[in-house]
Amino acid sequence: MKARYKFLLWTAILFVALLAIAAVLGVAFGTGLPPQDQEVLLRVLASRAPLLAFAAVILLFVCAGAVKWLFVEYVTAIHALAEQTGVVLGANDTLRVATEGAREVAAAAAAVNRLAEAHRELKHNVELRMREAGAKLEEERNRLAALMSELSEGVLVCNSEGRVLLYNERARALFAAGTASAGTLVGLGRSVFSLIDRGQIAHALEKLERLRRPGEAPPNTRFVTATAADRLLKVRAAPFLDSGGAMAGIVLTLEDVTGLLDQEASRRALLQALAAGVRAPVANIRAAAENLGAFPAMGTERRAVFVSIVAEESRGLSRKLNEALREYADALKANLSLEDIRAVDLLGVARQRIESALGVAVELGSIDEELWIRADSFALVQALAFLAGRLHEDYAVRRLQFSARAVGRHAELDLGWDGAIVASDALSLWEIEPMQIGDEQTPLALRDVLERHGGEVWYHTAGPGGQRSARFRFLLPAGEAATAPARAAAGPAASRPEFYDFDLFRVSDASLALQERKLAALAYTVFDTETTGLEPSAGDEIISIGAVRIVNGRILRNEVFEQLVDPCRALSRDSVRVHGIEAEALAGQPTIERVLPAFHRFCEDTVLVAHNAAFDMRFLELKEPASGVRFAQPVLDTLLLSAAVHPAHVDHFLESIAERLGVRVIGRHTALGDALLTGEIFLKLVPLLAERGIVTLGQALQASRQTYFARIQY
Amino acid sequence: MTKKVLIVDDEQNIVTALEYLLGQSGYQVEVAQNGEEALAVVDSFAPDLVLLDVMMPRVNGYEVCRRLRERPEWRHVKIVMLSAKGREVEVSKGISLGADLYVVKPFSNTELVAQIDALLAGA
Repeated sequence: MKARYKFLLWTAILFVALLAIAAVLGVAFGTGLPPQDQEVLLRVLASRAPLLAFAAVILLFVCAGAVKWLFVEYVTAIHALAEQTGVVLGANDTLRVATEGAREVAAAAAAVNRLAEAHRELKHNVELRMREAGAKLEEERNRLAALMSELSEGVLVCNSEGRVLLYNERARALFAAGTASAGTLVGLGRSVFSLIDRGQIAHALEKLERLRRPGEAPPNTRFVTATAADRLLKVRAAPFLDSGGAMAGIVLTLEDVTGLLDQEASRRALLQALAAGVRAPVANIRAAAENLGAFPAMGTERRAVFVSIVAEESRGLSRKLNEALREYADALKANLSLEDIRAVDLLGVARQRIESALGVAVELGSIDEELWIRADSFALVQALAFLAGRLHEDYAVRRLQFSARAVGRHAELDLGWDGAIVASDALSLWEIEPMQIGDEQTPLALRDVLERHGGEVWYHTAGPGGQRSARFRFLLPAGEAATAPARAAAGPAASRPEFYDFDLFRVSDASLALQERKLAALAYTVFDTETTGLEPSAGDEIISIGAVRIVNGRILRNEVFEQLVDPCRALSRDSVRVHGIEAEALAGQPTIERVLPAFHRFCEDTVLVAHNAAFDMRFLELKEPASGVRFAQPVLDTLLLSAAVHPAHVDHFLESIAERLGVRVIGRHTALGDALLTGEIFLKLVPLLAERGIVTLGQALQASRQTYFARIQY
Repeated sequence: MTKKVLIVDDEQNIVTALEYLLGQSGYQVEVAQNGEEALAVVDSFAPDLVLLDVMMPRVNGYEVCRRLRERPEWRHVKIVMLSAKGREVEVSKGISLGADLYVVKPFSNTELVAQIDALLAGA
């Protein structure tokens, strides 16, 4: 009820009540009188009627005044208090309520203000803490992303359904290596089973489940798998447990062992070739020689036969040995404990070790910066320290000098000193004794270390330029400069690589039919094509396909498909003006029959999105017989969705929509550029669709069908 | 009676040496250059012992051994396999296919003769 009516009502009630009391008192007073007095009284009252009426009016004003005062002091004040409190709570926490009205009301208002102040402070604190936590989270995310990209092993984490929710650049490179396809198949939300055989993963899961013991560290298991490009990966699988201890996913670390296995295989082949290839000729020589020895009385002719057998077989044997050694030289040298290290780094470590363990000063002389050594660096540093120790103890050498240079396929490494002449047989004795450095004893001798490296050491006395200087010279196999692992190409926005999405651990509505799933939670492939013209049925062809994935409302700029296509026909000058792709760029590119299957794999398990999708889909449909792939998944069209959101606008060109939705337009008219733009527009459209009650895929498809533009057919 | 030994090997040098060695050791020796020839010669020559090389083109030593052991009339023939393949698995294979002895190349002439003597003395 409005305040004015309330005021009138209360005034009326009070007025009527007072009149009623006066009337009742008058009646009670009058009924007690004798009849003649009553008559007199009535007469008097009748004659004073105007006065009574005036008194009643006065009373009415008094009543109105009293009610007004009560209203202002209590009712209106409390009403205002309630309203202002609502504003403070809901909209503006810096507003303070007015302390008006009666004393009691003013006190209540003051109390509300104190409460508001406390509330604001609390809210401010919470916001501050949330911001801090957010920043920390962001920092940790960045750190995680950086860490993952630095790992030399591939890492894949997938949820219990086998959907990838984290991967690193290395994992992608391992699966992409050697495949001709333009798109990568490692991607967030993608099925791990398209990368690794389902049976192998299932077996690993089974094994992990069986190996699990409550209260013990989670187990892990290994297997070797082949990629589509025939690389061999050693996979280590470990369970990812949720807080309740149930398996929420699986962590896979991947190592490329193709090379290692090749080395292993060639080493084995060498051994077999040596064993089998050498045994037979040796047997022949031995049999002939033993005959010669056992039967001295044999005739000259027969003797000549056996001698020639021995000579012939020996020659064959030498040839075989040389062949085997030459052919497998690399396999012989390859040793898993040897790694390539820069000579400067190795000698730096050795110097530190010698100075701290023996107190002998070491100077780094001329060392080739580009020289790498294939070495067991730990053993080699020990060997150098050991020699330094012997020189120091036996010959009181106080200063040493390192130098190193490349000599053909080897590294020449000198440990030099001034003064003392070392006995010529000292080194040969030191070579075979167990190395001791300070208090540290090793079972290895210098000779073992040299043999492990396929290296040699000698006492070298002639210095450069003829002056006499003493040094131990090591000849060791040279190594190869280590190449840094490939970095992720920065996306167009140079953003942090999106290699993980832990929201994928929640797979709440995956069981729902596709049509009923929420638009915001689906995985999409947004794509665009460039073509030779606008009439697919008249022989126009696709010349470029670009696509990008959207998972959990994020554009994954690292997961793109970009491929030029040889249209096998001439390009019209008009079309070149649109897409800027010259015929030369298309020569030698794969044809559409080869590109579409790869694109089909890239789109697997996603909803397709394109601007004016009917056009692109028509091209894909026409190629179905030739490519053998059918794009049967649902298709959303940003043109139709835009029309559903803004029916009043007639203009639904990509640029116009972008402008309307505040999306920056860059890199138009390349297939990938347009796909990215379409993706951004699509993400802006999703919340706008939700405002119109279009939340699920089914609803979006329905809305598209109803749109006017849906009637246009290509 | 002079015992008869059939040497089966495709390598002339070892054949020459073995032929002389066993001839000097008092055996009557016949030579087959490959597996098929060996299986053909066994009937006419009726050896007491076959000295069988493993690595031969087409029909290899294992196969010859298996086929010899299939025929009841040849079961008594002693088989000594000679091979440059010396891994344990290969030796086991030869023995389980029915060889009496598996000798890995290279071998000692005197030992080989002693082993052949022993095998045939027991026959």
